[in-house]
Amino acid sequence: MTTTPSESATREAAAALTGVETTARSIAEAAAEPATGLTGAQSLVRSLEAVGVEVVFGIPGGAILPAYDPLFDSHVRHVLVRHEQGAGHAATGYAQATGRVGVCMATSGPGATNLVTPLADAYMDSVPLVAITGQVPSRAIGTDAFQEADIRGITMPITKHNFLVTDAAEIPQRIAEAFHLAATGRPGPVLVDISKDALQATTDFSWPPRLDLPGYKPTTRPHGKQVREAAALVATARRPVLYVGGGVIKAGATAELAELAELTGAPVVTTLMARGAFPDSHPQNLGMPGMHGNVTAVTALQKADLLVALGARFDDRVTGELSSFAPHAQVVHADIDPAEIGKNRKADVPIVGDAKETIAELVGALRAEHRAGRTTDLSAWWAQLDDWRARYPLGYEWPEDGSLSPQYVIERLGALAGPDAVYASGVGQHQMWAAQFIRYEKPGTWLNSGGLGTMGYAVPAAMGAKYGCPDTTVWAIDGDGCFQMTNQELATCAIEGIPVKVAVINNGNLGMVRQWQTLFYEGRYSNTKLHPVDAEGRPKPVRIPDFVALAEALGCVGLRCESKDDVDAVIEKAMAITDAPVVIDFVVGADAQVWPMVAAGASNDDILAARDLRPVFGEGQV
Amino acid sequence: MPIRFERNVGQMTRHTLSVLVENKAGVLARVSALFSRRAFNIESLAVGPTENPDLSRMTIVVDAESAPLEQVTKQLNKLVEVIKIVELDGGAAVQRELLLVKVRAPLADRTTVLQTAELFRARVVDVNTDTVTLEATGTPDKLQALLAVLAPLGIKEMAQSGTVALGRGPRSMSGAGTLRPVDRSA
Repeated sequence: MTTTPSESATREAAAALTGVETTARSIAEAAAEPATGLTGAQSLVRSLEAVGVEVVFGIPGGAILPAYDPLFDSHVRHVLVRHEQGAGHAATGYAQATGRVGVCMATSGPGATNLVTPLADAYMDSVPLVAITGQVPSRAIGTDAFQEADIRGITMPITKHNFLVTDAAEIPQRIAEAFHLAATGRPGPVLVDISKDALQATTDFSWPPRLDLPGYKPTTRPHGKQVREAAALVATARRPVLYVGGGVIKAGATAELAELAELTGAPVVTTLMARGAFPDSHPQNLGMPGMHGNVTAVTALQKADLLVALGARFDDRVTGELSSFAPHAQVVHADIDPAEIGKNRKADVPIVGDAKETIAELVGALRAEHRAGRTTDLSAWWAQLDDWRARYPLGYEWPEDGSLSPQYVIERLGALAGPDAVYASGVGQHQMWAAQFIRYEKPGTWLNSGGLGTMGYAVPAAMGAKYGCPDTTVWAIDGDGCFQMTNQELATCAIEGIPVKVAVINNGNLGMVRQWQTLFYEGRYSNTKLHPVDAEGRPKPVRIPDFVALAEALGCVGLRCESKDDVDAVIEKAMAITDAPVVIDFVVGADAQVWPMVAAGASNDDILAARDLRPVFGEGQV
Repeated sequence: MPIRFERNVGQMTRHTLSVLVENKAGVLARVSALFSRRAFNIESLAVGPTENPDLSRMTIVVDAESAPLEQVTKQLNKLVEVIKIVELDGGAAVQRELLLVKVRAPLADRTTVLQTAELFRARVVDVNTDTVTLEATGTPDKLQALLAVLAPLGIKEMAQSGTVALGRGPRSMSGAGTLRPVDRSA
């Protein structure tokens, strides 16, 4: 199937792909004028303009250098990062916060391999990303040339698709295809590797190019019969749960979800990737399920008679031991990726389709069920759920040694910054606390590395989000371990005028690993202490690094907070600074733990609400 | 050292997938990387041209229970360069492999070797004082049976292709009256 869409349709598609505003559209229209006798590099930049790219995060180098010359004159902004991993996560943060395609650029060899982690991250979390890499000249490919790496081969398993382009004439088509693939169907990262000689060759440019993707036909429209079957189950279920995943946010289906939730009256759980898909303030929102989900959300899934999975993939962190997950439940599984359906849990009613269309049709089909008199009474189910909610609320205890509670810091940050701010977190304890103790009301306000669990995600992702949403307050919530992996991008933020705010939850340790060592390795803290210790293992009274000094060195404002009484004031002080990046070093206790917890590989039935506290669910009541 | 030729042939877990792919560089790497990454077992894989120069056909024999087989086909379908997948199994398809086998054949045993070749409709393609090289085509079961008979005589060396297969009847995978693809949806 080779299509030649009309020019206007393609412009619309380009605008839809990247969601650009009017100015960018006029730039795109100007860029789409045909041209002859330009270089492959100029053709590449024209293509990026025509597809509506606003910003590229990247670093130049030998093989990609030709592209940076026309980029110098382009309307496409380029943010010069300090490490290519930062470019990739920034593009991801930009995409997650704005819904547009994020773009990053790197040179061949090490530049390209430094993108591997963010590409794998974006693949796991289905983030629309286009990565453009330079490659050594085509005649040198395969000769182990200087800065040569087979980035196409390397990234095959971690991209939705990738291309190697060695012919300048192909550049516009491959760029258009890359953006189409990244943004449609199940979104994901696409890499375009372009050899240096293709960038330097003379070529002609015309837009729109033909998309030649005969094997790519994502199903967006759900099958009506399956939707009606799902509606029939929903209409009569006694203990239904809407199990909402990140696909609902990707599809922009939060309004449809709210309608479905209110029509059914069913409880909603929002996974780590779906925080913000349904307002936390809504009484039907039970919160987050999973390994560190709350007792009610986890147990609701276990006791349900019907799961309606919407853009969720039955990840092991949600299901726990798969064989004992939701043992009484029939499953309606709606996802745009057919391979997710039945991958981990058998679906009784499979629905392949875009979440927005699927949920809207489900609403219609359910209304028909209701009109036909088929309704259900969920009051007993809600009485049970409310009882669990009352008995096992999320909570935390203050450290006995009088140190600052990390949960309190994060809770206050969420309360003071509010639901309009964007929060990007790293990976570990602080990530779980940020998912638990900040209340999310809107999609795109919670960014994290859910699938890959990439430490170091927060700072560059916050940078990308802030670039895409300059009028929004963007907080990175980071651990001291994560922060030391990617804080170099604060220099980028300071120089490029991207005033992110960073809350470093500094417990001096790799906190989540330490927690596991406490629980499962008899407190043998092998290689998890990040702060300097004396011969007896006690912390030395020095700070390495001193995060306040480090922040100042990177051109940011550095603040520190070590006591409960100062928490609100220091957050407010940071909020008042809008012209520079701010870093707050929150020095917290080392032994705060994330609870509740389902141990790895254990059944969700064995959730512990707190250490040594096993909830009593009143067996037989449901 | 006894040579064993046991293969997991004829069992329920063996499935033959005929996969039409775009004839582009890197497609084979993409497919084999997918099998490796998802921990699927390939029994054999054969790639070759088709009647359409833009397409290649991969015949992949996988060793999988039915649930993993569904994952294999769904994951293969997600590859952008995969056009269509049809499962070719049992009596509804013709399946063939090619075997070249070099057998010890001193004068004392030569007649036995040649009679065996005749029984299996194998052709002699090379001969010298010590060995005979046979060419045989057939189903995996037939070739295994041939090897079992030749083994006591002494197999010096062998090379065997993967399975290639076509559906029986007038229909084809592309064009009018097409074979039904493995369901792309759930």
